[in-house]
Amino acid sequence: MDQLGLLLNGFAVALDPWNVALMLIGIVLGVVIGVLPGLGGANGVAILLPLTFSLPPVSAIILLSCIYWGALFGGAITSILFNIPGEPWSVATTFDGYPMAQQGRAAEALTAAFTSSFVGAFFAIVMITFVAPLVAGFALRFGPPEFFAVMFLAFASFIGMGSGSPLKTLIVTMAGFLLACVGLDSVTGSLRLTFGLTELMRGFDFLVAVIGLFGIGEILTSIEEGLAFRGAAAAIDLSVVRRTWAELPRHWALSLRSALIGCWMGVTPAGATPASFMSYGVARRMARPGEVPFGKGRIEGVIAPETAAHAAGTSALLPMLALGVPGSPTAAVLLGGLMMWGLQPGPMLFVEQADFVWGLIASMYLGNLVGLLLVLFAVPWFAAILRVPFAVIAALILVICSIGAYTVNNAWFDVVVMLSFGVLGYALKKLDYPLAPLVLALVLGNRTEQAFRQSMLSSQGDLGVFFSNWLVGSIMTAGLVLLFWPLFSRLRGAVQVALSRRAG
Amino acid sequence: MRGFQGVSRRRAELALAALFAIVAALAIGDSLRIGAGWGEDGPRSGYFPFWVGAILLAAAVAQLISALGVRPREGFATREELLRVASVLFPAAVQVALMPLLGLYLSSALLVTWFMARIGGFSWAAAAASGLATAVIAFVVFEIWFLVALPKGPIEELLGF
Repeated sequence: MDQLGLLLNGFAVALDPWNVALMLIGIVLGVVIGVLPGLGGANGVAILLPLTFSLPPVSAIILLSCIYWGALFGGAITSILFNIPGEPWSVATTFDGYPMAQQGRAAEALTAAFTSSFVGAFFAIVMITFVAPLVAGFALRFGPPEFFAVMFLAFASFIGMGSGSPLKTLIVTMAGFLLACVGLDSVTGSLRLTFGLTELMRGFDFLVAVIGLFGIGEILTSIEEGLAFRGAAAAIDLSVVRRTWAELPRHWALSLRSALIGCWMGVTPAGATPASFMSYGVARRMARPGEVPFGKGRIEGVIAPETAAHAAGTSALLPMLALGVPGSPTAAVLLGGLMMWGLQPGPMLFVEQADFVWGLIASMYLGNLVGLLLVLFAVPWFAAILRVPFAVIAALILVICSIGAYTVNNAWFDVVVMLSFGVLGYALKKLDYPLAPLVLALVLGNRTEQAFRQSMLSSQGDLGVFFSNWLVGSIMTAGLVLLFWPLFSRLRGAVQVALSRRAG
Repeated sequence: MRGFQGVSRRRAELALAALFAIVAALAIGDSLRIGAGWGEDGPRSGYFPFWVGAILLAAAVAQLISALGVRPREGFATREELLRVASVLFPAAVQVALMPLLGLYLSSALLVTWFMARIGGFSWAAAAASGLATAVIAFVVFEIWFLVALPKGPIEELLGF
């Protein structure tokens, strides 16, 4: 069980005063970012990433991941108080959270939400602590075909099991891969898809795409509904906290179930959003009929999605750390950050950079704990942010986004690209094209291609290399099953209908 | 029922699918140009983008066909919604366009001023003051504190930066 030893070592790193300070700054920034529309988790991390170059990698990633936790907490604040989901995975929280706020039980809802988030994240972190090294150790046996198979599995699961139309998901994934191909081909040195534009030689940076898609795109979509935020007021005092905490243990089964759902969906690249919805749906179906129906202010309706969403958001870091395959757009941004700092995520990270990995994992525990305490005490201030006139907020967010896009490569062209991605993001969202696979394909495109090429090289062009041993074969098969799942279920449905007609 | 004023969902779906198809075609074309087959040491540069483009093209065409089946009455965005989006998008585009000429700080100041005055309903004086404050704060934070160089314009040059 030397995981515990390594973890304690990690705590020593994380408890360095400088890192603790960064933790606090990160969480506060994160909550602010989570509260503001358009600056969401992935976007906020993307904008601040270039600014962390001067920090040592451990401190930088502690700061960035604390921003991530903060954003997770912040999304709940706007969902409950303003009926505005700060993040896509906080949508389910609005179902019961906002009615609770309207009934004057905002503090109760917020306490329940924050505590559930903490529980969900904690559960996922414990899982990461013990499972990640195992997966990493296992993945040391991976060669190029296995890596390609894992990427294939990841994207196949998006297409087959994602919430959007499989066709649209496929389109968006392929588009992401093409965007990743633009620029200098690292293997042969030739320019691809640049069409003579020198600016495109650098290719499209995923950070710029993320800021545009999730930042500008988000602002444009939220503007449609009008330009003002109106919401309930809330202040949390200790008596409410104590009362709610006394009540929460009653729902331990619900929390456990939601955490499991979240962990499972977070590790597979399905993500926090479907996890929160699924958990809400399961909770509703399995709940004992109480005085209050779901949708009208039932506390389980807040506990379930929040626990699941945070468990999922946290466990999305597991495949990123252990395999180098991110499970969510924010994990993808963090992955990009790791690569920028010269760290190679994947199984070797646990071996070569153990300090870094365990420092990060330790900071996850601390960050979540600190975050919970912080939000419990500071909700009114965070909520007050949304009282600032929309015009000011929107302008500031646009400025911050353009600064963020510029600092990635010191290129004005990137700011133009960001704006274009913003318009694209707006159109994609409106037409129900999923954004996450686009970002993941953009981040992973080059590595996927490399894995494919190396596999092909070693097999002299034989595609059978992807089924050459039990490991890669089973991963590929799983991927194919997931990919064609929608077809399977439709076929099964048709068969069932035909059978029942015959029987009846 | 009152007539729907705006862009229909059908048109939007068709347009986006067509856009993806065009991108795919461009990718296929460029891949063929640099060689999409097998070289002496493995797949050539254009192999991967060619096949990805081919899949994208097929999927986009399938989506195009599916989009033809969307009921023409369904709405994508009403005129008011599009106008609101434009009211944010166009000033943002202007800010980006002005950046190489005026520098980021000044163009951002103009954006903040515009937003506060036109959308927020503040007086031009208050808006301008906020714009200026934004530029100054951003300057201090990025140029001086973080030591990150952002595009500067003629005014900053005059001031000696």
